[in-house]
Amino acid sequence: MSPILFELLLRSIWETVLMTGASGIISLVFGLPLGLALVATDRGGIAESLWLNRILGAIINGFRSVPFIILLVALIPVTRLIVGTSIGTWAAIVPLSIAATPYYARIAEVSLREVDHGLIEAARAMGGNRWTIIREVLVPEALPGIVAGFTVTLVTLVGASAMAGAIGAGGLGDLAIRYGYQRFETSVMVAVVIVLIVLVCGIQWIGDRLVARLDHR
Amino acid sequence: MNQHVTAEIGDPVVIDPTRSQDVVRLVDLKRRFGATAALDGVSLNVKKGEILGIIGRSGAGKSTLIRCLNGLERPDSGEVFIEGSEIGRLGERELQPLRRRIGMVFQHFNLLSAKTVEENVALPLKIEGRPRAERMTRAAELLQLVGLSEKAKAYPASLSGGQKQRVGIARALAARPALLLSDEATSALDPETTRSILALLKDINSRLGLTILLITHEMEVIRSIADRVAVIDAGRIVEEGAVWQVFANPKSEITRSLLGGIRPQLPPEIASRLAKGEGAETILRIDVAGEAARGPLFSELSANVPGPFRLVHGGIDHVQQQPVGTLFVAVPGADAAHLAAVIAFLKDRGARVEVLGHVADPV
Repeated sequence: MSPILFELLLRSIWETVLMTGASGIISLVFGLPLGLALVATDRGGIAESLWLNRILGAIINGFRSVPFIILLVALIPVTRLIVGTSIGTWAAIVPLSIAATPYYARIAEVSLREVDHGLIEAARAMGGNRWTIIREVLVPEALPGIVAGFTVTLVTLVGASAMAGAIGAGGLGDLAIRYGYQRFETSVMVAVVIVLIVLVCGIQWIGDRLVARLDHR
Repeated sequence: MNQHVTAEIGDPVVIDPTRSQDVVRLVDLKRRFGATAALDGVSLNVKKGEILGIIGRSGAGKSTLIRCLNGLERPDSGEVFIEGSEIGRLGERELQPLRRRIGMVFQHFNLLSAKTVEENVALPLKIEGRPRAERMTRAAELLQLVGLSEKAKAYPASLSGGQKQRVGIARALAARPALLLSDEATSALDPETTRSILALLKDINSRLGLTILLITHEMEVIRSIADRVAVIDAGRIVEEGAVWQVFANPKSEITRSLLGGIRPQLPPEIASRLAKGEGAETILRIDVAGEAARGPLFSELSANVPGPFRLVHGGIDHVQQQPVGTLFVAVPGADAAHLAAVIAFLKDRGARVEVLGHVADPV
């Protein structure tokens, strides 16, 4: 592999890490509260509100049912509004985050829903308010699942970011298509695949270790 | 009689000095779930410092009742007074400080798996907004009380069932409650652990003077620690009284059936041979309690009513330091006058006597 290609590879790794990391953090920041809202507003939840629950559910389902490649293009006006441009790595973070947030909200919802109702009742019996229940019971008890779900989301984002090349975002997927596939640079293709495997395994390993440390069940 | 009626209807503001001692007062509590009435007019008082046990089969309304006391469940109608103030009209937010005055222990412990034992115990104080140093001191104090000081830093998953319930009790006591609610606290535990948990609750009751209301489906629990018992069936209190009195003289069928497991019963091989009419022997059931059971009942019987009789089965229990006995006696059936004399003598000494039937051959 020529030094130029190697430099391109390094840049692409950075772009992929940036896109995955930034949109991952954004999906965590918005997805977790959204997951909490889904559980809290559901029947028997701590802030039961069925109509709100249905509206939230419908919005999330709506975003999740649009294929990412279409979301990428459809969101161009929004991206331009937020980032100022619709081309490049930062521009890709907007659709990636918007796709990952509802995805992560659903994963967080599943973990939060699994928290034993008896624990919520115990917190209520102690005189705890909703905020106490969220902070002391729901989130800490669901934390292993919340972290495991975040790991899954990050791995999914690594894959999704490969498509972001379509709007000039760069990244490993873009490199593999333009050099490895279109210019028959097999070495680039192999290198990209190896880097992706290492990246995904690394994310999964860190996530698993963290879950093992957090899980006291 | 007339005066009594006037007082009841005419003057609703009767100031009864004994009422001020009540930590809990329930007035005609009703709660329906769909077509079934979980509570169908329950009125009950819990006096300061006592242990009141509420017993009933599953589905009798026990859980609904105990949850009405801290507002986890709202009654459809009726009033709940905690330390003299009515809580039925309080909103969720106003209930929160009140719940801090009431500790609750659960059947499945409900400990937070993500928190250590001491953090679990300190949680009610954290909810109250107490500083960390105070919380940890109090948690250490309580863990010592329940005998689990060395487990302070452990996570609940590493504890046995009995240890988990000790943590549950310590947590319920953290905010120095005026009332402790126990929701089938020993139902998930083995008999030996049950005894140790009940002993702990009794110890807390006598040492701290804490009022305890517990619900259970096991008479053994009531016998071990309760001062008073209320029997609930189909959402109604069917019987209420001092534990030894209810044990000695159960009035309702449901109470008798709940007592069945721990009180002497006629052995089935005799019961199956019982017949009406004449037989070689007559089987009597004799219930004695309190003073009547303390005297030399049987030696006096032989001295006063000469003639044979035989103890077939039975025993005397001690409930709240009171003897409560159920004895099955066989009397030869040929002599009707002798039998009548035996029964008359026993009744005279305060025993309850029931002729169960006759057996053809001596058993």
